[in-house]
Formats: sequence, structure tokens, C-alpha cells
Amino acid sequence: MEHIDFSLVDWSRAQFALTALYHWIFVPLTLGLSFIVAFMETLYVRTGNPEWKRITKFWMTLFGINFAIGVATGIILEFQFGTNWSNYSWFVGDIFGAPLAIEGIMAFFLESTFIAVMFFGWKKVSKSFHLLSTWLVAIGSNLSALWILVANGWMQYPAGMKFNPDTVRNEMVNFWEVLFSPVAINKFLHSVSQGYVLASIFVIGVSAWYLLKGREQLLAKRSILVAGVFGLLSILFVILTGDGSARTVAKYQPMKFAAMENLYVGQQNAPLAAIGILQRDKAEGQHKKEDFLFKIEIPNMLSYMAFLDANAYVPGIKDLVHGNPQHNILSYKERSEKGRIAIASLAEYKNAKKAGNDSLSAAALKRFEENYSHFGYGYYANRDVHELVPSVPTSFYSFRIMVGLGFHFLALFIVVLWLTLKNKIETKRFILYTALWTIPLGYVASMLGWVVAEVGRQPWVIQDILPTIAAVSQVKTSSVQITFALFMVIFTGLLIAEIKIMTTQIKKGPAAEGSSTIH
Amino acid sequence: MFETFSYITLQEYWWIIVSLLGAILVFLMFVQGGQTLIYTLGKTEDERTVLVNLLGRKWEFTFTTLVTFGGAFFASFPLFYSTSFGGAYWVWMLILIAFVVQAVSYEYRSKPNNFFGHRTYEVLLFINGLLGTVLIGTAVATFFTGSDFVVNKMNLTNLTGDKMPIISEWTGLAYGLEAALNLQNLALGLTVFFLARVLALLYFMNRVNNSAIMERVKKQLLYNAIPFVVFFLTFTIWLLLSSGFAVNPETKQVSMEPYKYFHNLIQMPAVAILFLLGVVMVLMGIIRPLTCFVKCSTKGIWAAGIGTILTVFSLFLLAGFNNTAYYPSTYDLQSSLTIENSSSSHYTLVAMSYVSLLVPFVLAYIFYAWRSIDNKKIDIEEMKSESHIY
Repeated sequence: MEHIDFSLVDWSRAQFALTALYHWIFVPLTLGLSFIVAFMETLYVRTGNPEWKRITKFWMTLFGINFAIGVATGIILEFQFGTNWSNYSWFVGDIFGAPLAIEGIMAFFLESTFIAVMFFGWKKVSKSFHLLSTWLVAIGSNLSALWILVANGWMQYPAGMKFNPDTVRNEMVNFWEVLFSPVAINKFLHSVSQGYVLASIFVIGVSAWYLLKGREQLLAKRSILVAGVFGLLSILFVILTGDGSARTVAKYQPMKFAAMENLYVGQQNAPLAAIGILQRDKAEGQHKKEDFLFKIEIPNMLSYMAFLDANAYVPGIKDLVHGNPQHNILSYKERSEKGRIAIASLAEYKNAKKAGNDSLSAAALKRFEENYSHFGYGYYANRDVHELVPSVPTSFYSFRIMVGLGFHFLALFIVVLWLTLKNKIETKRFILYTALWTIPLGYVASMLGWVVAEVGRQPWVIQDILPTIAAVSQVKTSSVQITFALFMVIFTGLLIAEIKIMTTQIKKGPAAEGSSTIH
Repeated sequence: MFETFSYITLQEYWWIIVSLLGAILVFLMFVQGGQTLIYTLGKTEDERTVLVNLLGRKWEFTFTTLVTFGGAFFASFPLFYSTSFGGAYWVWMLILIAFVVQAVSYEYRSKPNNFFGHRTYEVLLFINGLLGTVLIGTAVATFFTGSDFVVNKMNLTNLTGDKMPIISEWTGLAYGLEAALNLQNLALGLTVFFLARVLALLYFMNRVNNSAIMERVKKQLLYNAIPFVVFFLTFTIWLLLSSGFAVNPETKQVSMEPYKYFHNLIQMPAVAILFLLGVVMVLMGIIRPLTCFVKCSTKGIWAAGIGTILTVFSLFLLAGFNNTAYYPSTYDLQSSLTIENSSSSHYTLVAMSYVSLLVPFVLAYIFYAWRSIDNKKIDIEEMKSESHIY
């Protein structure tokens, strides 16, 4: 397999990671803030209180600033499947393309049509139509997240499809299995509710800053109230869906699960390392083995978390790589060989069919179908199978920091809501500072969620079916390096501009009703 | 309903949808055309703000249509997506970058402390207007002139040897940029550029209430209409006289056929009528405001807009229908893509076809929402009283 250009694969991965992470800086805030703005405008329409309109318009301005850069960074992702992952686009385009197209027709037009009414329609349409437009923007934003997350969920657990050897690709056989796969559902619910949490943290943090400065007290308290309730409900939902996600990972992506938990040797009654420090085992033959320097364990918890059964067996990295006959786990070497047979059988089938040899093609097809579930492993037939193990420390630490921050957010929402309801929030400066400094932590948790999901499944683009080395486009590595640098410079420049504009608008505060938002 | 349709009917249905999206996209690129005219038409800051805001309320539709066009192409013809995007890398990347910078430029241009200064965002809008139109036109022209690539699905079974297991390989020297060196491609690129500017001028006539700007618009309409007509005729005559990529309906072999696109026009009279009707409507849309500026100045965008959609739509049909390879390979004719060999499966096309039934509903709410907020012409006074401006 020395014909693989690993430099090209790595740069293509780096570019996708860069653009995806930049995009995800902005998306969660859009998802959550759109609903928060809709709640606030609903309160304005129901009460007729102009202060609620002023509050709505203030957060709407920040929403607009963030929305624009989210759109800008998003277009790259869709087209990058073609530009940098062309083999992938063909191999699974029959399934993956459909959610993207539906996203455009159902969600993007809804967003882009009604966002114009939302921003420019205050004096041109009725109150109720304006409110409807604001809600439709929120629904459109979240619908767009549904389809792309369904697509991502499908990559983690490819359901509802069958390989067609004649067209040499996977084809959809059940749309509903793709849409309602347990991985897709959990992924969507977990990701969007995390966006609501981030937006709530943002609103509370900015409001806390106003209270610390002794400005805009009414706006700040009302905003904290709306965001606090929304954030509290959302974080509870994040915990619930996170638990569901972990179970689907344990079931469908056992290597990712083992890496997240640094479980090297599988066991029954597996304990959960709630906290741990890792050290690479440098002994010969101990590929990617991490030892615990220190850990605090919860007995049986990992087995329970994975399978809702404290006695359940959880496979470790070693079991998955080297196999475990007792638990019917094939080694990666065996899976690679079966994958190689699947790939070779596909070639034989195509050649036999071309030559008109029906019996040979039928035999090759049978062999291919028997081994297809290992197809992707075939690309590692002559390689070190440890390449199929993701980065354990990255997965392990990212997961723990994300979960730890999640509980911090839960506590914060409870405390600020309690203090706001007791009308004491402006006096608790430590809490206000904590709320302010939780804004960057919200982004850290959000990013780490994707790191866990994506680093943990390496090297699979489609779980067990297509690895990155067989999914990439054949362009020059130097071209990808240049576009990587271009995106890095452009996105960083735009991020700086966004932060400067956003902080300036916050410092300026909400405009008096009727005045322009530019100066 | 769609389940009963034959595979080829669904493939043709989806080619029609993709063609329609492509045609609407070209019409909506009046936003890009307008972005290249901001400084030509707006001599004061107030005038430029009027123009930017007028375009700014529509930029998302162009952007969304581009994204939907890409998504629909991916879903219905994934082999095109895989081959063209992964091969003509630099053309698509430059187009994408041009659209990335557009998205933020409207929102950030007038915001205080925007890091780059408002003039930089206006320059970025100009770059988007220039590159977006010329490169998309150039890329679409390759549907008729061809590109250098090879598709071999058996590469996926390469586990050794000197090739990566990648099915599409681009053999063009500059990963797509070589298309811009072909004069016929460039002619279509420049046609789209000047068409976008003409449409923008007609749109300004319809929506701007400012006499100083209107005077400049009338002058610019003539200056841009002439090169548009020249480049359009150059491309069209070239197209009708050149050989095309014919597919044998029995053997599916691709071969060169003299006057193929002219033959397509003759053999598909409905497409010929659409094409001619489209061209006449575009010309009417341009000529009427030039000849009766005050009286009928506001109506040109309708005729020219619908005419643009009809013309571009019929060009896409010429490229893909009547046994024609719509994405031909000049390097290896048999690698050329047709709507039959590059489409999604019957099942996926059926599922997607049900979703396509939403399109009339989407068009209806877009029309309703536009009418709600575009009920009067825009002027400098409105800019001073509006709470959210670009």
C-alpha cells in the first residue's frame, strides 16, 4: 500500500477539521440564539411591552453578526465532500447526498427567506407575521442542522443501505432507516441541545457583564431569566442524549468507546475512570497502550453506562485489535483479510461479468457479500493494524473535559436562575464573573464534543466500510496545503472581525427604539 | 406515484430540476453583477449604502440557491460531484472562497469596529461579483467543451500498484483552471458576468428611488448590454457549429458528432422554442428600458429575468438530453458522464422526488415574503430610518 499518499490524506483531513471546527464555532450560537430571540419576541407580542422589543432587537443584532459568518464557513463543508473527498462522494453519494439536498430545499430557503423579514420587516409587516418569521428562522436553522447531523450519524452507523457491485457504490434501500437510525437521532438531539446550552451561556454571560458594569439592569435580568430557563432544560436534555449517544457508540463503534475510556483490556463489571492521567506505555509491542498514572474509578459504571447492565462485558482496545474468541471478536488482522477478500472478489465479479462468465461472477459475488461487512479493513491488509486505533489521549481527555464542563453549566444555570428569581443576582459578583468566563468554556465543550466524535472514529469515514485513505480526492498535496492556508487566513481574519464587531455592539448596548444600528 | 416511474424518467426529471436550479442561480446572480457596480453607480456614501442594502436583502437567495444546486447535484448525480469537484479543484475552490467572503461582507460592512474597514468589504463584494460569475460561467461551459479526466471504478479495488484506490482522476494540468484558457469557455464566463451586470441594472431600475443613480444606470445598461450580446452570440454560434459528445443509445459508447448541439436543438423543438423565447425576452428586457426609459423603466427585470431562466434552462437541456454526455471527457471519451451513468439509484431518486414536491410551496412563500417587504422602492431616507442596515 505504498501507493497511498499519506501526506495528501493528512492534509485533506486537516483541512476538513479546520473548516468544520471553524464552522462549529458559530453554528451552536445560531441554533440556540434563534430560539431565545423567538421567545423574547413572543413575550413582546403577548405583553406589548416595548422593553421586550428592545431586548429582542439587541439579541437579534448579535444573532445577525454570528449568523453571517456561520453561513460563510458552512458553504465550504458541503462542497468539500466533492473537492477533497471525491471517492467518498461516489461511494456513498447515493445516501449522503439526499440529506444535503433536502437540507437546501427544506431548511435553507426557510431561513434565508424569513431572516429578511425578521431584520427588515419590523415596519413593513404585522406584529404576528414578524413573530412567525422569527420562529420560522429558528425552525429553519434547526432543520438545517437535522439533515447534516443525520448525514453525519449515518457515517458513524451506516444503516438503510446495500452495496451494489454493478455500480460499485452503496445505495439507499430504506430512507426511514437512514433518518431514524438511533445514532442519527441521538446525534441530532445532543448537538442541537448543546447549541441551546451554548447560546444560553452566551446570553447569561453578556448579561452578567452588564450587571457587573451596572448597566442595562432590566435587559440583563430579563435575558438571564429567559436564557436560564432555556439553558437549564437544555443541559438536562444534553445529559440525557449524551448518555444515549454513549450507548450507541459502545454498540456500534466499540473502538471509539474503548479509546474514550482508555479501556485496553476488556472486562465484565468494567469500572469508569471518572478522572485519570495517562502515560504512554513504551514497552515493545505495546502499540498505543496508555497506562493510568492516576485515576478515580466508579465500580461497574462503564458496563452499566454502555449496556445498562453492571455485569456486561465491555471490549478493550487489545480485544478489538487482537481478537477475543471467547466473546466472538475477530482480530483486525482477520478482518483485514476478510476485507481483502471482499475487495478482490469485487474485482473478480466485475471481470467475470465483463467476460460473460456467469458461474464465476456468481461465486465471486457470494464471496464478496459474505465478507462485505469487513470491506474497509481490506485497505489495511498489508499494513500495521494499529493504524486502526484512534488517538487514545485525545479521545479520553476530550470526553472528560466535555462532561466535566457540562456539569459546571448545569450548576451555573441553577445558581443564576435561583439568584435572579430571588432578585439578588446583581450583588453576587463572583457568580457574575463566573458566568462571564463560562462563555469561552461553552465553546471549549462544544468543540471537544466534535473532537470526541470525529477523532474517536478515525480512520473511518464510513464506519468499517471506507477509511480515509480510500475516500480522498486525487489532487496535489501542495494544492490542499495552499487551500488549507487560505482557509486558515480567511477564517481567522473573519473570526477576529466577528469578535471585534460583537464586542463593540455589546459595549454599545441596545439601541434606543427607532434608531439605526449603525454608526 | 414516483415509484412507478422508470429509471430513465426519474433521471430526466432530476436533470430538469438541476437545470432549473442552475437557471434560477444564473438569474439570481444579478446580486453578484450589482456588487461589481457599487462604485460605478454610487458616487456618495449614501448612494452606495442604498445599492448595498438593496442587494443585501437578496444575497442569501443566490447563496442558498447555489448551495441547493450543489446539494441537488450531489444527491441526483453523485458521479459528477465526485469527478468535477474532486478534479477541477481550483475552479471550485476559487468560486467557494468568493462566496465565503460575500456572506460576511454585507453584515459587517457598516458595523463599527469591523477590523478591515468598510471599503475592504466592498472590495470583497466586487471580487465575489467578478470571480463568482466568470468562473461559474466558465465551469458550466465545460459541459459543452469537455475536460480532461478518467473515471475507472475498478480503481477502488487497487490494493497494490502505483495508483491510489480513487475512481476519478483529473488529467488536466491546472486542476480545472485550464478551462479558463479555452476561449469558448471564457466567452460563456464573460457572458454570465455581463448578463449579471445587466440584470442588476434592470433590478436597480425596478427598486431604487434616486434620480442621480438612475441616470448612471441607464448609461451603464448600454455599456454592459453590448459586450453581453457580443459574448453571448460568440458562445452560441460557436456552440451550434462545433462537434458535440453523442452517446449511442444502444451501446452507450460516446463519440464526437459534428453539429451535435445544433442537432439537439432541431431534434428537441420544445427546447428550441424555450431557448428562442428566452433570448427574445432577455433582449426585450434590455431594449424596452433603453427606448422608453421613464415609462417602462421598471419592468425590464421581469422580462430579462424570466428570459434568463428560460435560456439557461434550455442550455442545460441541450447539454444533457437527446443522448448527449453532459460532462464530457476529452481525455477519455468513454469516461464522459451522462445522466444515465452518473445518477443516483432509482430508490434515491424516488425519495428525492417526493421532496421536490415542496419546491412550489417554497417558491410561494418566497414570493409572499418578498412582496411583504418589497412594497416600495428604496431610497436614502429609508436608509436613515431603518433599524438594521448593511
